[in-house]
Amino acid sequence: MHELSICGSIADIVTRRAAGRAVKVINVRVGQLRQVVPDTLVYCWELVSADTPLAGSRISIEAVPARIRCRSCDQVTDVGAVPVFACGGCGGFDAEVVSGEEFLITSLELEPFFPDDAGLMAPHQGTGKEGSQGGVASS
Amino acid sequence: MGRFHRHDDGTVHAHDTRNDHDHEQEHATGDHSGYATGGERVEVLERIFDENDKTAAANRAEFAAAGVRVVNLMSSPGAGKTTLLRETLARLADRVRVGIIEGDIETSLDADKLAGFGAEVALINTGNGFGGECHLDAPMVRSALPRLPLGDLDLVLIENVGNLVCPAEFDVGEDARAMVYAITEGEDKPLKYPVMFRSCGLVVVNKVDLLPYLGFDMEGFLGNLRKVNPAAEVMLVSARTGEGVGAWCDWLRALP
Repeated sequence: MHELSICGSIADIVTRRAAGRAVKVINVRVGQLRQVVPDTLVYCWELVSADTPLAGSRISIEAVPARIRCRSCDQVTDVGAVPVFACGGCGGFDAEVVSGEEFLITSLELEPFFPDDAGLMAPHQGTGKEGSQGGVASS
Repeated sequence: MGRFHRHDDGTVHAHDTRNDHDHEQEHATGDHSGYATGGERVEVLERIFDENDKTAAANRAEFAAAGVRVVNLMSSPGAGKTTLLRETLARLADRVRVGIIEGDIETSLDADKLAGFGAEVALINTGNGFGGECHLDAPMVRSALPRLPLGDLDLVLIENVGNLVCPAEFDVGEDARAMVYAITEGEDKPLKYPVMFRSCGLVVVNKVDLLPYLGFDMEGFLGNLRKVNPAAEVMLVSARTGEGVGAWCDWLRALP
């Protein structure tokens, strides 16, 4: 339900980190205990990014399951779809969450800097003579 | 799911259970998407709630400097937050200097109900902008601070937007989180909204005056609560009849 405001935060971070370069993919890691609905986040991103320099980029979500570690017997247990924060080994409730609370942008996938730079980034595709003209990219 | 990912050396593995921070460090150069797109990749590793959390820390520092204790009160719509706050003000207002930050998507209905008890009330309507917000975040609370005389207050109660999902995600700078849960909501809610129930140190179980009429399974509810938050304190309250409200007021006054 709060995916819209989350997309606003994502847009701020991506705009700053992309520094003007075109963004293709925003890789986001989301723990199970973050109440983010992946499809809703992707849809809200289309709304929030429309008519901005980030239009056309998409969010790719990496989901991380929730797990706890028992403070008594050290066993690690999946919290499960119907959440129970009890140790699968001894049944104790004194446990710490070791994964599932992540919510971060891990990386961006960017377009090449400028069309003119395509030749510089792939020097094997042309001769030095073509590259030195610095004009139209062959791709 | 995206748990499996590929590294530059071609290895593919699943996320394990180590601390996420360590994990980020270790895999700072890995390919976390699991597919090749041909684009240039720039590592970011930035927490999405970072801005909110920085503002929450600023709020917390301001509250501490003013010597004010702050409680973030959350619940689903209709659980009885406003009624409980009314009863709280009626009992505390002459002994404790209370300020209220009132979050509501539209209208001043709740703030109006709390007027007349001698407490300062700052209303935040979250309905402005795109679609309205379903929660209070730290910048919204910060915007309300100039309207509260923090230096003259002992306690600030933040009535969050009625919602069992989103408010749990946003630190607003509070000292403690409490939720009001009404027995009319059914026994299974801790399992359906574990993040909310886990985030609160106190669960006020409200509307217990209706127990004779509802067939509510209190033991079942408490068992479900313990499954997701075994450390939660529980109080049985009827804001309507006043039962248990005194214990809630004592809890507020004893906040460390």
